[in-house]
Amino acid sequence: MSFELFAFVILGLVAVVSGIAVITAKNPIHAVMYLVTNFFALAMFYLVLAAQFIAFLQILVYAGAIMVLFLFVVMILNLTGAIESVRDKLPAQKWIAVALAVVLMLEFAAIAGSGSIATPRAGALAESFGTSKPIGLLLYSQYLLPFEVTSVLLLIAMVGSIVLARRRED
Amino acid sequence: MVPVLIWLERKVIADIQIRLGPNRVGPFGLLQPIADALKLIMKEEVTPALVDKWVYRLAPMMMMVPALLSIAAIPIGGTVTIGPRSFALQIMGAYRGPGGFYVPELDAGILLVLALSSLGVYGIVLAGWSSANKYSLLGGMRSSAQMLSYELPLGVALVGPLMLAGTLRLTGVVESQAHPYIWFIIPQFLAFVIHLMSGIAETNRAPFDLPEAEQELVGGYHTEYSSFRFAMFFMAEYLNMVTVSAISVTFFLGGYRLFWNDIAWLGPIWFGMKLLAVLYFFMWIRGTWPRVRFDQLMKLGWKASLPIALANVVVTAAILAFTPGNPTLVLSIASVILSTAAFFGLSYAVSYTLRHKAFAREQELRRRRLEGTVEP
Repeated sequence: MSFELFAFVILGLVAVVSGIAVITAKNPIHAVMYLVTNFFALAMFYLVLAAQFIAFLQILVYAGAIMVLFLFVVMILNLTGAIESVRDKLPAQKWIAVALAVVLMLEFAAIAGSGSIATPRAGALAESFGTSKPIGLLLYSQYLLPFEVTSVLLLIAMVGSIVLARRRED
Repeated sequence: MVPVLIWLERKVIADIQIRLGPNRVGPFGLLQPIADALKLIMKEEVTPALVDKWVYRLAPMMMMVPALLSIAAIPIGGTVTIGPRSFALQIMGAYRGPGGFYVPELDAGILLVLALSSLGVYGIVLAGWSSANKYSLLGGMRSSAQMLSYELPLGVALVGPLMLAGTLRLTGVVESQAHPYIWFIIPQFLAFVIHLMSGIAETNRAPFDLPEAEQELVGGYHTEYSSFRFAMFFMAEYLNMVTVSAISVTFFLGGYRLFWNDIAWLGPIWFGMKLLAVLYFFMWIRGTWPRVRFDQLMKLGWKASLPIALANVVVTAAILAFTPGNPTLVLSIASVILSTAAFFGLSYAVSYTLRHKAFAREQELRRRRLEGTVEP
């Protein structure tokens, strides 16, 4: 068993178990912690795939900033009691979700089975693969427009949330 | 390292407050931290009845592990060679061994340090939440808000030196301060001040120690912890302080280099000396500054530090892009002139305001005395 396969199995187990635990955990704080674990497993996947820049960003942005905000909001709202009342409002949702998940899995299987995704060999990568310099160069040359559009989108979201919060205050 | 630091801090603070500090156990009280650590390990561990047991036990570890890991990415010396092996003096450093085996240097090392240090907040928040104690919860809430706010200026302040260095590798940042030999504290003085201030806030130290303000919150998020779990919080806090100081040494004070010296083995000595200087500065501030209020803390973080740090990035980028010749030199000269001007301007403004206020108070008092509403 190669190291990559070994790492993949272990990380996959951690990711799947923590992912299931996120939705089954009774306590929202525990759910948030499982989600953090899941993000860590994802970051390790990126590392195994030799993309260290994205792995660090995954930890910095998702585990380090966004999930702390999640935790903060969950603690402020004290959601523990609220979960029960929400649960039965959308009974059909459960079955639709299962059906959609099955469709998605079939799609994955079809794509993987068709062989159109070629797995790149580890030796074929350049030494600078996944480091900050080539990513930065690509981001500011070839993918400049999507990058800028994303920034503007985030800005709009920020302004929008401020507007919503202000309106309630009046 | 941590016990020595605690001893040093107690001695420095005692010196500032004209006391002797620890002086009973060992010469100069040097064995006091060991006695304290032994006491903490031997003590009974008390777990309150209503705590969330899993999270309660996990929290100290979640604070300790990132604190230990983040130091690993900081270079404390150059590359040394022993026989066929050459390696960087750094825990997570580059290594080149016999048989073509090598470990490349961590690209974007600073991102790893920042990512790990941003994880430390989980320990505090979860400790506060799981303790089932309102003081702990308040401490945890305060600290999560504080650490989220100050993470931004802490990171943005580093962008200026990173642009001057042109690399995210930490050894690259150190080496670029050696050719030409200008520490980035000179061209990036503003960034240095903001980074140090945010660093103090990020490590929850006085004057930004609101998460554990003894007078208001008993002990903050670790009120309910005892024995070695408490010691872990304590240790993690000191380790975070070391990490923040090490980052500022690497980015602003020339890292492991002193003058043009190229002897790699001496790197750790220079690094240690600079680190101690920054740590002493932290203790000095703790001993002399009163704690800020929470709204002042937030105002300082969002309305002062972040805009100034962002402006610094823009100005540095503009100078880098449009200056022919040596942008570092231009920035250094501009920074020295501006800082001096700002220093004298601020001192004058403060003294003017104070004098003005004193004069107004005097006038008011005189008026009241004439009216007979105040005893002369």
